[in-house]
Amino acid sequence: MSVSTLQTSLVDRAAVEPSRPARPRSTRKGIRYAITVLAFLLPSAVPLLLFVLIPMVSAAWISLTDWNLISPQVFVGFDNFVQLLSEPRTAAVFGNTLYYILGYLPIVYLGGLALALALNQALKGRALWRSIYFLPVVTSWIAVAVVWRWLLNPSNGVVNIALGWFGIDGPGWWTDPAWSMPSVILASAWKDLGFVMVILLAGLQAINADLYDAAKVDGAGPWARFINVTLPMLSPSTFFVIVISLINGFQVFDQVYAMTGGGPAGSSQVVVQQIYDLTFRYGQAGEASALSWMLFAVILAVTVVQIIGQKRWVHYG
Amino acid sequence: MADRQLTVSRPTRSSAPALGSIVLHAVVILGALAMLFPFFWTFITSISPGAGFSIEPRLWPENPSFEAYATLFTERPFARVVGNSLLLAVITTVVQLFTSATAAYAFSRLPFRGRGVVFAVYLATMMIPLQVLIVPLFVQVKNLGLINTYLGALLPTFASAFGICLLRQAINQVPRELDEAATLDGAGHGRIFWQIIVPNIRPALATLTIFAFMGSWNSFLWPLIVLRSPELQTLPIALAGLQGQYTTAWDVVMAGSVVSVLPILAIYLFAQKYVIQGVASSGIK
Repeated sequence: MSVSTLQTSLVDRAAVEPSRPARPRSTRKGIRYAITVLAFLLPSAVPLLLFVLIPMVSAAWISLTDWNLISPQVFVGFDNFVQLLSEPRTAAVFGNTLYYILGYLPIVYLGGLALALALNQALKGRALWRSIYFLPVVTSWIAVAVVWRWLLNPSNGVVNIALGWFGIDGPGWWTDPAWSMPSVILASAWKDLGFVMVILLAGLQAINADLYDAAKVDGAGPWARFINVTLPMLSPSTFFVIVISLINGFQVFDQVYAMTGGGPAGSSQVVVQQIYDLTFRYGQAGEASALSWMLFAVILAVTVVQIIGQKRWVHYG
Repeated sequence: MADRQLTVSRPTRSSAPALGSIVLHAVVILGALAMLFPFFWTFITSISPGAGFSIEPRLWPENPSFEAYATLFTERPFARVVGNSLLLAVITTVVQLFTSATAAYAFSRLPFRGRGVVFAVYLATMMIPLQVLIVPLFVQVKNLGLINTYLGALLPTFASAFGICLLRQAINQVPRELDEAATLDGAGHGRIFWQIIVPNIRPALATLTIFAFMGSWNSFLWPLIVLRSPELQTLPIALAGLQGQYTTAWDVVMAGSVVSVLPILAIYLFAQKYVIQGVASSGIK
């Protein structure tokens, strides 16, 4: 859902609406027109109000209280935030989330770029390859997590057995604190590679061929053309992939929940898993709400920094 | 790669493109096999009884059997679970099509003071991730007495920013002359919407149908929170639950995975064009 939403909001703002019909003048007509507008907006506005705007406001209130969802709320001011900032656990879950993002993003971006460049060549059966690489994108995170848990099963998973053929003693993957996050990253990258590839491929195909011809006339070789034409012209797509990956990466949950449950020993506990556990396992809804706000602030800050920073390197041609 | 006239001549020049092309094909094909293998392995495991104890993986099981699937539908309420997923996905899709199309029509065709602000508020609020709202949303749905009900699982999915943006762009492309002609014939906005706009944005509606369905079918966190009893669970939740119930019976877990993935793969294969275009167009303006 978030995918196109963001992009559209980033680029669509400029979309000017074509000539507006004159607004109806008489009061009666005006009232009827207002009713029409309301009739078209209410079906979306009601769920929006009830399930986004009101919960947002109450999240702010809950984060200032001590509450286990059952007994009466006790107002505690900013204690939850103070508490969170003083707990090493908080830094750990943000650290694990960052670990996930820093592992995942280079793999899907570089892998997706390599695939997009390959499929952009004169390649037999291009549509077929694109369909295959995209296949995991449409499946659920849980299905992906479950099958990778099996593939990466330390004792009789196919990956370790195959490593054994080459005399390699495979790691404990999701059962080993040092390997739990790499396991999640591996499964996630496998799922999203095709998504990134399709976006970058669309970006490559939108590049004007004249630019390459002009570069050739100037004597640029394939590498120089890649650096001076392809990468700059692809920068809007690259920007989009990075923004989306960071927004989604900070909210990573499903695959962690199903693959490791945050373990072993909290080694893959991410922020959203912590919010979930605080609320539904430890009955600390106030602290969970405060953590939600911190997560939201981080996502917002990172996104805003990127939108400001894009002027330096993104070329909208 | 095709064009080397301008580079300095090299000894391997004539064979380089052919060699490059072979390497390229080999890498793409090997990568595709790596993408496909987990699907293949899911299926093979699901028809291999006792797969969880075997340390000699076989590309085809000695005694293939569908008993794991029988386990799902007899010991576990999987028929009900599939029905739940289908029901929620269909309702979510139909409602999102309606709420998105009507909102998109207003934002494209019904000018009013402050429309730009309202649109910005729509986008901004809908971009707030569910993850951030789970506590208050849970409280809200609980206060409405809707925990452990289909409606509780459905309500927060009823408006879609993606859908509104997608359809708004599609409606912007419909020539206004069509509306004006209809207005001259005495049609109001309701009729223009149903008889002019909706038929003219069918490809965008198809794209939204698929994305809404996929989103609901695969969604996990919110249904996990709201749907508590086993007979109300959806496929992803039941699948995650299988892991706990059948820790070593990987054939059963993989059978559950096949059941949850197969319908969405079938839809993808039939409607690929819309899916890939939908994603591709999100990356370029």
